[in-house]
Formats: sequence, C-alpha cells, structure tokens
Amino acid sequence: MFVVELGRGLWTVFRQMFERPVTIQYPEIKRPVHTRFKGRHNLHRYENGLEKCIGCSLCAAACPSDAIFVESAENTDEVRYSPGERYASTYEINMLRCIFCGYCEDACPTEAITLGDNYELSFTDRRQAIYTKEMLIDPVPTDGKTTPQKVPPHSFDRSIPVMENPKD
Amino acid sequence: MTVALFIEYIIKSVLILAVMTVGFAYVTYYERRALARMQTRIGPNRAGPFGLLQPVADGLKLIFKEEFSPIKADRLLFMLAPVITVIPAMIITAVVPWGGVVNIFGYQVPLYLANVNVAILYLGAIASISVYGIVLAGWSSNNKYSMMGGIRSTAQMISYELALGLSFVSVTLLAGSMSLVDVVQAQGAHGILGWIVWNLSQPLGFILFIIASLAETNRSPFDLPEAEHELTAGYHTEYSGMKFAMFYMAEYIKIIAMSMIASTLFLGGYLGPFVDQIPWLGPIYLFIKTMIMLFIFIWVRATLPRFRYDRLMAFGWKVLLPLGFLNMLIAAVITVLRGG
Repeated sequence: MFVVELGRGLWTVFRQMFERPVTIQYPEIKRPVHTRFKGRHNLHRYENGLEKCIGCSLCAAACPSDAIFVESAENTDEVRYSPGERYASTYEINMLRCIFCGYCEDACPTEAITLGDNYELSFTDRRQAIYTKEMLIDPVPTDGKTTPQKVPPHSFDRSIPVMENPKD
Repeated sequence: MTVALFIEYIIKSVLILAVMTVGFAYVTYYERRALARMQTRIGPNRAGPFGLLQPVADGLKLIFKEEFSPIKADRLLFMLAPVITVIPAMIITAVVPWGGVVNIFGYQVPLYLANVNVAILYLGAIASISVYGIVLAGWSSNNKYSMMGGIRSTAQMISYELALGLSFVSVTLLAGSMSLVDVVQAQGAHGILGWIVWNLSQPLGFILFIIASLAETNRSPFDLPEAEHELTAGYHTEYSGMKFAMFYMAEYIKIIAMSMIASTLFLGGYLGPFVDQIPWLGPIYLFIKTMIMLFIFIWVRATLPRFRYDRLMAFGWKVLLPLGFLNMLIAAVITVLRGG
C-alpha cells in the first residue's frame, strides 16, 4: 500500500535524526592516516645529527613529474653536513607538481627521503608551493648536533656512507 | 483613518516584511541543519555560534556575485521575473493573524495587518501570481531547460490549485467565513473540545493542503520546475547573484507563508493555552506551529524522490481532486449537522 510505504520512509528518515552524526570535525579532530600513507616528504638525519641526504639527485631523476630540484656541494671536515662526500646544498620540492608516487623514496640510496603522514599542504601563492630543505628536514635528534658539524679529520672518508641491507 | 492607525499599519507592514526576510534567511539555516541531521551529518556550524551567521555569509556571497544575463534574453522580463515571484511571497501573509488584540500603552492593537473578509480568496489569488514570475523567468532566459521548467510550472499549477482551493472551501464551510481571523476564532469558539473536533473533521483537508502547498512552493517531491537532474535547475538556470537570491527568497518565504497558513487554517493559528489571558502568547504559539509545519516540509524533502511529470498531473486530477470533493462533502455534512 502506497501510504504505508510512504509512512515507513518518513519514519526511517525521522529515526536517522537520532543517530550520531558521522561527520568528523576536521581541523579539531584529525583522523590518523593509514600505514604506508604517502603524504609530505621528510628528509631524515642520523642519530648524530648529520643529514642522510648525500645530494646524489637520484630522487630528482626518478621523479616522473620533475618536482624535485637538488643542488649538491662538497663536504669538508670543517663544514660537514652529511657523512658522504657531498651533501644537498639546495633541496626543493614543488608540491604543485608532486604526485605523491613515492618513486623518490624508492630511488634514494641512503633512505634519506620518505613520504610522511602530513597531508595538510595548502598555500595561497604559487611560490609557497615550493618546499625548501629547511621545511622538509627532520629536527635534530636530542643526542645529536646540528649541521654543519666540525668533525675530526678522516672520520668520514667514503664517498657514500656505510649502509646496512634493507630489512623489509 | 486616523494618523495613529496609519502609523500602526506602516509599523505592522515593516514588521511583516522584516520577519519574512529574516525568517527566510533562518529557514535556509533551519533546513540545512535539519536536513543534515536526517542524513546523519552535522550541517553548517562554523560561521558564528552554532553556525548562526551562515545565512549572513551566504547573503554576502550572493551580493558580490556577478550579475549575468544571457545574450539573447528578453532583458526587461528577465529582470522583472524575480520581482514578480518575490513580491506575492512577501505580501501573502498580510492576512494571517499573529494574535488577538493587545494593549500597547493604552492603545488597542490587533496583532494582524488586515482582517479582510475574503482573506482565503486573497491567499488563493496571491499564491498563484508567483507562477507568472517562474514562467516568465523560464521564457525570458532563452534557454531550453529554463523554458521547460517554466512550462512544467504551469502544468503543475493547474493540477494542484484545485485541490488547494477545495481544502480552502471546506475550511470556509466550517468557519462560515473567509476571514482568517474568523477562521481562527471559529476553531477556538468551543474551547479545547471544539478545536479537537475541528481537527478530527479535517485530517483529509490538512493532508491535501500539505500536498498542495508542497507543489505550490515547488518543493520536493514536486520540485519539477527546478529539477536539478533533468533541467539543470530549471527556470533559474540562467540567474545569478541577487536575482537568483530573489528566487531563492521567494521559494523560502512561500514555505514560511504556507506553513503559517496551514497552522492558521488547520492547527488553530495563534490559539493555545492561556492565550485569552496573555495575548502576547499568540505569536509564540503561531511560531511554534509554523516551526512544526516547516519541519514537515523539510522532512518530506529529505524522504521523497521527485514525482514524474505525468504522474504529478494524474495524481492531482485523479486522486487529489476527488479527495478534495470528498473532504468538502464531509465539511458540508458537519456544517449541516451542527445546524450552521
């Protein structure tokens, strides 16, 4: 009967009013991201505070949308940024170009760059879309020192640092 | 007409226009919040406390929008159509009584603007004018979807206006008057018992009135003239900025007006407990009843999908019209039995 069905429909809608709203009030309540979520990039440091990035530009080469720009410079024992021969003096990612594919993460020989869980990337100007090294790099660990560091001579002689085999 | 009466009319007119305009803004807010709750969402709650400034933000946005008109539109009618739609909606509630007679500084003021002896005819006449605005908007836009929306509006009108008129007729028979003040007083004439009898005798009329007023205000499930999915918003496809806001305003003010008329004709209007002792309770009771009616409008919108065009006409002519005659018969029998 049409009228009965009508009443059932109305009743169902009315009952919904007393359900808990499913809305998540975003800026106040943030949902945790899933594992292996690919958000904003992070540049990592070793425990002693040296940067993992050795400025090899493999991430820039792997980037399909040409979003990464790396300029590298030589380390010396007086002014040392990374344990390798070179370091990234400029590291910029254009977030308007980045497609968050994670190829830079795969290409990195020192596991210096990973895609983190920060997804709050909004800007009001095109220039703000370029994230510099200062914005991307992790804070200095508690028992480490900031870069550049002054290290004893010949403590870092390899062109790239000693790496363990990946565990996962 | 004394000067005092003249001033009284001006104040009441301004008050009605102000209440209707502010009411329109907050009915959109009420609808969005209620609709959101029915869909287990929260609704607008950011602008101001509980989102109460949301209508202000929406209004400001619409003011700053670009006024646009299609190149081959009939400019005069294109400008005039929203005005023709919004003005009847603004003036329709002039005959609805808000309360009894109150005493302000020793001056007896009735809480209604006009006690017209043909108020029900006035409602029927004014409510239909806004359809002209819709048809003209559809025609002057020079857009096939707008045109179809306008044509649908006319076809829809001839199918529901009869049912609306018949539900008016049965109320007129019962009250023995076409004045809305008399209609309300007839409902309260025999105390609470008389009010219950009135409502028990008119459930069919009430339902017919709700269905017809849903069609009258182009609300879902009868929102054929502005069907988003078929006609890309129908008659107001080409409208933007304040002209669009006026159509929007007309629709919502008509919803308020129809809710007020439904409360007046079938739910006792401003009557309620202790309203004889304290006449200021009248507007409050009318407000509560109007809010309940508005909730029904929103509830129906949240529930029912749109009718098909031919089915609406078949429904209007083959179901609503015979039911309207049946209801008129019931009202006539009651009137005869009562000895009226």
